[in-house]
Amino acid sequence: MGRLKRWADQTIGSLLVLDTLLTYIFLYLPIGVLILYSFSASRYALVWGGFSLDAYRRLLTDPEIVSALLNSVIVATSATALATVLGTALALALERARIRWRGSIEAFVYLPIVIPEIVMAVGLLLFFAQVLRPLVSTVGLGISPPLAVIAGHITFSISYVMVVVRARLRDLDKSLEEAALDLGATPWQVVRRVTLPLLAPAIISGALLAFTLSLDDFYVTYFATTGGSGFKTLPLYLYALQGRAAIPPQMNAVASLMLVASLMLIALALLVQRRSYSRRA
Amino acid sequence: MSTRTLLWPGLVWLLLFFAVPVGIILVISLGQRAPDGTIRWGFSLDNYLRLLEPLYWTGPFWNSLGLAALTTILCLVLGYPVAYSIARRSAAVKHLLLFFVILPFFTNFLVRIYAWFILLRPEGWIAWLLRSLGLDLALLGSPVGVLIGLVYGYLPFMILPLYATLERFDFSLVEAAHDLGASRWQSFWKIIFPLSRPGVIAGAVLVFVPVLGEFITPKLLGGGKVPMFGVLIEEKFLGRVPDWPLGAAMALALMILVSLVLARYFQQLKESRWVG
Repeated sequence: MGRLKRWADQTIGSLLVLDTLLTYIFLYLPIGVLILYSFSASRYALVWGGFSLDAYRRLLTDPEIVSALLNSVIVATSATALATVLGTALALALERARIRWRGSIEAFVYLPIVIPEIVMAVGLLLFFAQVLRPLVSTVGLGISPPLAVIAGHITFSISYVMVVVRARLRDLDKSLEEAALDLGATPWQVVRRVTLPLLAPAIISGALLAFTLSLDDFYVTYFATTGGSGFKTLPLYLYALQGRAAIPPQMNAVASLMLVASLMLIALALLVQRRSYSRRA
Repeated sequence: MSTRTLLWPGLVWLLLFFAVPVGIILVISLGQRAPDGTIRWGFSLDNYLRLLEPLYWTGPFWNSLGLAALTTILCLVLGYPVAYSIARRSAAVKHLLLFFVILPFFTNFLVRIYAWFILLRPEGWIAWLLRSLGLDLALLGSPVGVLIGLVYGYLPFMILPLYATLERFDFSLVEAAHDLGASRWQSFWKIIFPLSRPGVIAGAVLVFVPVLGEFITPKLLGGGKVPMFGVLIEEKFLGRVPDWPLGAAMALALMILVSLVLARYFQQLKESRWVG
C-alpha cells in the first residue's frame, strides 16, 4: 500500500513537471517559429527557403510598413503623453482629495478597463461619425483619422495609468506630505514638490503600460478609422494582410522586430521599478 | 487650487469619449436601418427582438459562449498545474518562471495570432503531424484553430490569479493532511483546490469576459467561418451591408451579458470576504 502511494505521488509529481514544461513550450513555440521564419530566404512568408536577411532588408524599403511603423510610434507617443497626465491627475484626486460621490466616480473610471474593448470601439466609431464630425464640420473643421485614433487610445489608457499610479500612491507614506503642509507649503506645492517626485517610478510604469497598450491596440484603432481606411498602424497593417493571396516575407521580420521592441520596453519598465525599489531600501 | 481640481480633466475626458459614446450606442440601437443604409432615428426595441432570431442567436451566441467556456476550462486545466508548480519553488526561481509566463504577452496580440497562422496552416508541420497520426483535422478556418489561438491568448490571465492565491497558500495544511493519511489526490481535491477557489474564479472571469467579445482570433484563425459576437458586431458596422442600429444592439447586449457575469463575480467576492 505504502509503495503504491509513493509511486502514485511520484507520478503526479512528474506529471506536474511535464505539464509545466509543455505549457512553456506552448507559450514560446509560435514566437520561436516566427523569429526563425523571419530569417527565411523564401519569397513567401509561410515557406522556409534557407537562411537570409532579405526580409529585414526589404522591410526598410517597404513604404507601407515604414509608414505604419511611424504612425504607430506617433500615436503611441502622443496618446501616452496626454493619458499619463490625465491618469496621474485622476489618481491624485481620487486618493488625496475629498470628493463627493467618490464611489460612483471610482466605478466609472474603472469601466473602460472592464467592459469589452469592442464595445468601446463601436461607441467611438458612432461618436465620431454621428456627433463629433458633423459638429466640427459646421465650423469648417475636420477630424483626421490619426486624431480620432489618438483620442481613442487616450481614453483607454487613462484608466490603466490611474490604476498603476494609484496603487503606489496608496502605499506612499502620507506623513511626508503632511510634514510639508505643516511647514507651510500649499497643497499645490506639496503635490509638485513632494508627491509627484515620489510617484515618478509609478508614473513612468504607467506611461510604459500606456505606450505598450497603444502599440498593441487593434479594436479602437480599427473602429475609430472605420476599418483602417486611410490610416494604418502596425497592427492594422498586419490585419489587412490576411486578405492578400501571398503574405510578403517582410511580415515575419516586422513581427519579430515588434517582438524585440516590446521586450525592450518591458525590460526598461522592470529596470525603472527595480531602481526605485533599491533606492527605497 | 486644491487637489480636487485635478479630478476634472480626466473625468471630463472620460465623460466625453467614453460615457457619451456608450450612450450613443444605446440611442442608435433604438433606431432602424433605412433602406439606403443610413440610420432612421426612432424608439423601438426591434433590434433587440431581432437578436433572438436564430440567425443571430443560435450560431454566434452558442459559438461565443461555447468557445469562451471551453477556453476557460482549457486554460484552467493547463494553467493550474503550472501555477501550482511555480508557487512551490523558491522565491528566485518563482519570479523567473512567472516572468517567462508573462513575457510573450508583452508582444503584440496580432503578432501572436499571426504566428499561429503560420503554425496551423494546412502545409504546416502541426497539420502534417496530425495527418501522419491519421487525424485529418482542419485547423485553420475551424473552431479548433480558434480555440487554440484563444487558449494561447488568454492563458496568462488564468495563471496569474491562480498563482496569486496558491502563492499565499499555507502548504503546512497539506503536510498535516498527509500525516493524517491523505493521498496527494485527496489533499488536492479536499484542501488545495477548494481553498484556491478565489483564484480559479478570478481567472475564469478574466478569461471568459474578454473572449466573449473577441474578434481578431476568430477572424484570423477562423477565416470568417467561426461566427462569434465580435465578428458579427464588426460585420454590422464595417461589413458589406452595414446595419449600425442592429450592431449597436449587439454591442449593448454583449456589454449587458458581461456586466451580469462581473456583477455575479463581485457579489461572490463580497460574500467570501464576509465569510473570511
